[in-house]
Amino acid sequence: MEPVGLNAFLMVGAIMFVCGIVCMAIKRNAIGVLMGVELVLNGANLNFVAFARYTPFGLDGQIFALFVIVLAAAEAAVALAIALNFYNNHLTIDVDRGNELQG
Amino acid sequence: MNADLLFYLFAALTCGGALGVVITQNIVRMAFWLILSLGSVSALFFLLGADFIGAAQLLIYVGGTVVLLVFGVMLTASGPYLQIKTSAADGLLGACVGGLLLFVLISTVCGLEWSELPGHQNSIGAVAEGIEGSTLRPLGLAFLGLRPDRATPGDETSGKLATGYLLPFEIISVHLLVVLIGAAYLARAKRRTVSDDHGLS
Repeated sequence: MEPVGLNAFLMVGAIMFVCGIVCMAIKRNAIGVLMGVELVLNGANLNFVAFARYTPFGLDGQIFALFVIVLAAAEAAVALAIALNFYNNHLTIDVDRGNELQG
Repeated sequence: MNADLLFYLFAALTCGGALGVVITQNIVRMAFWLILSLGSVSALFFLLGADFIGAAQLLIYVGGTVVLLVFGVMLTASGPYLQIKTSAADGLLGACVGGLLLFVLISTVCGLEWSELPGHQNSIGAVAEGIEGSTLRPLGLAFLGLRPDRATPGDETSGKLATGYLLPFEIISVHLLVVLIGAAYLARAKRRTVSDDHGLS
């Protein structure tokens, strides 16, 4: 069989991305939505590092991947703080119950 | 050949883990499928020759972010008999939209001719033989603002080096500080104010 090329890594990245998007769309638990966000960011990271390896993009791809990892960690911290506040105020973590735009 | 087998194994684990996250209804099991998926992505990074990124992925994602998510799961746990389930219709709709998006992405990728890019290499076996596999020093130098491997774009003959990533590095450092202070403030334990009725003060 042909050696593993760029397309194979891009397909794995695409599958992770789509799984993350579906997870963000259909999960009712807010933490489940955050897990979808992590999957999306990792799919994009896999794309970056694959392009860094196979094209003249070079080291820049790995640097962008590092930036994405750092920013994803920061965003996960803030999103979890928001989810905890939501739970403390409404005593539920179900995002379908967050449908009132007041206090 | 060995590299290809390892790739297929870890790609299967990654995609299986991602599908497990989507399909499982139990939030704790989703966290563990996510650990499996992110660990396999780290192995794929090592196969791509990005040793520092692979190690950073394990440290930060598996060792940090997923643990944070499990904390969140445990702190917001519902009662033991309450299950938040997605209805079957929602699940089917999500699966159809996701399948269509995946089809678009893969057909776009396969329709492009990557080998026409200059400098394109065709297999990951070449990584094991050719380059030294150490990206730590070039990454560190790039974050300090030096790119010893690249000349200034558009000016290849003058011998000047391309600029590095010092400014984004500093911006991200400050960003991390601000975000963590903000998150710690948002998630602080709030003192419950007892309503006291003063008499005539």
